[in-house]
Amino acid sequence: MAEQDWKQQKRPFAAVATVPLFWTLIFFLIPMGFVWFYSFGRNVGLTEIDIVGTLDNYKRATEWLYLGIFLKSLAVAALVTLICLIVGFPVAMAITFASEKWRPWLLLGIMLPFWTNLLIRTYALMIVMGQQGYANSGLGALWNGASWLKTLVGLQPLSTWEPLPLLYNNFAVVVGLVYVHLPFMVLPLYSALDRLDKSLIEASLDLGAGHLKTLFKVVVPLAAPGIIAGVMITLIPALGAYLTPDLMGGTDSQMIANVIERQFKRANDWPFGAALSFLLIYVMFALIAMQGLRKKTGEVR
Amino acid sequence: MALFTRTVRAPLEYSKSLWMRGWVTMVMLFLYIPLFVLMAFSFNDSKRNVVWRGFTTKYYGVAWENDQLWNAMMNSLTIAFFATIFSLVIGSMAAVMLWRFRFPLKSAVDGTMSLPIIVPEICLGVAFLVFFSTVGWPTGLGWPFNLGAIIIAHVTFCFPFVTMVVRARLATFNREQEEAAKDLGAGEWQAFRDVLIPHIKPALVSGALLAFTLSLDDFVITFFTSTPGTDTFPVLVYSLVKRGVTPDVNAASTILILFTVLLTAIALKLQGAKALASTHS
Repeated sequence: MAEQDWKQQKRPFAAVATVPLFWTLIFFLIPMGFVWFYSFGRNVGLTEIDIVGTLDNYKRATEWLYLGIFLKSLAVAALVTLICLIVGFPVAMAITFASEKWRPWLLLGIMLPFWTNLLIRTYALMIVMGQQGYANSGLGALWNGASWLKTLVGLQPLSTWEPLPLLYNNFAVVVGLVYVHLPFMVLPLYSALDRLDKSLIEASLDLGAGHLKTLFKVVVPLAAPGIIAGVMITLIPALGAYLTPDLMGGTDSQMIANVIERQFKRANDWPFGAALSFLLIYVMFALIAMQGLRKKTGEVR
Repeated sequence: MALFTRTVRAPLEYSKSLWMRGWVTMVMLFLYIPLFVLMAFSFNDSKRNVVWRGFTTKYYGVAWENDQLWNAMMNSLTIAFFATIFSLVIGSMAAVMLWRFRFPLKSAVDGTMSLPIIVPEICLGVAFLVFFSTVGWPTGLGWPFNLGAIIIAHVTFCFPFVTMVVRARLATFNREQEEAAKDLGAGEWQAFRDVLIPHIKPALVSGALLAFTLSLDDFVITFFTSTPGTDTFPVLVYSLVKRGVTPDVNAASTILILFTVLLTAIALKLQGAKALASTHS
């Protein structure tokens, strides 16, 4: 069905277009524009900012200190995405091939955390991972069990269990981000696997390929769009994560979003914070453009 | 013990394999143990969330009496309510516009409207902080007008999701129905109201639920737009986690989790699990 030309339908077009266009302009483009302009500005006095067209803020943002935080955020986000993919893929497979009775329940199991408040989830994880939390006491019980088993076979028992510092470090940030983003990964993987023609897998198995070979040669290539969607949907929010590193990280685990927040609150250096925000946005654009490029080359092949 | 007995299985019954079941079980435990511990501790008779000291429901009473908690909860729900209504209207208008009309710069408009989904929350939050302080948004208005800034910010990032869901539904609309209605004498508005709206109703429901949860869930953008007195529930919990959480917050969180379960159940009833999963990807 062809689209209608707006000129022939001016009144209906105006009726549906005016509000969304104005809203996007006033409450999205203009605020972003302010930040963009401020990124070329300079602090004069406590609250005043002069837009002088300087590139100093960007120069400072590419200093090693901040570049390092950028790279670290990228590395953390990439690691989190990889873990989510490895952990989530079998879950998506299990949901796809589950019986009719089980599938809705498994889906629900993945979706409920997705809908649960992010702050509540983070805080709940912090209770479990605390110094005296259940993760530590569980590990302690395992340790003592192993120690007891060793004495049973006549060996020296292990040294006494010291609670691990599970919270307030980089490890906690990665676990927290995986915890938060896992459902984001599983759902697009599932919808890609669900669309896949199962007879292709059967054919591959019939023709003598093993399960692993079928997985990597048939399932993964066919589910590639879903895998890429899952990767993007996890990578992008993980890269801009503020809450998890702030609450669960230590002094050395701040990510780029925490640095940006500090410029706008405590450090009160809006122009520099604005420059950092726009650098983060440019990195996102680059990631999305890379995905678009991949799609195009895929189509050509 | 049916879970762990090995049976002969057909080639595609991956979900019957032992390690697959073990894997899914582990993932579910990872996702749910923290939530259950949190809920269990809301019944713990201790000021701190570390050791179990016996069962009590008194913290539900404490939460009930806690004005700060009530205010934050009411703010959250009010914001989510208005943000959902505005997002629903604006989002569907944008969807109809992009689906029905051809106009100059269309792909640029399309891209710009979905940008709030992609732009990192922190950048959007910062943009609203800068915007509202530069234009001198009035502060100190009475309730609920003091929530205006936060509602505006929430609408901006919620309505593109509504647009996405509604547009997907519009793609299945047979435009001949609308033409038939017009041939039979319906005006533009009547055709819209009586033919198009009923068709996109399921998408409106799931879009509304999506917008409502996104708004209720949001921390970062609210954190940057809230002024004293407009704390939402996530902002309050955040400041408490930094200073030390009281058990009544566990009680309130438990109630909110149960509320989420209820909402999800309603969504499931309306749409079925599969359709619901596809709105997220």
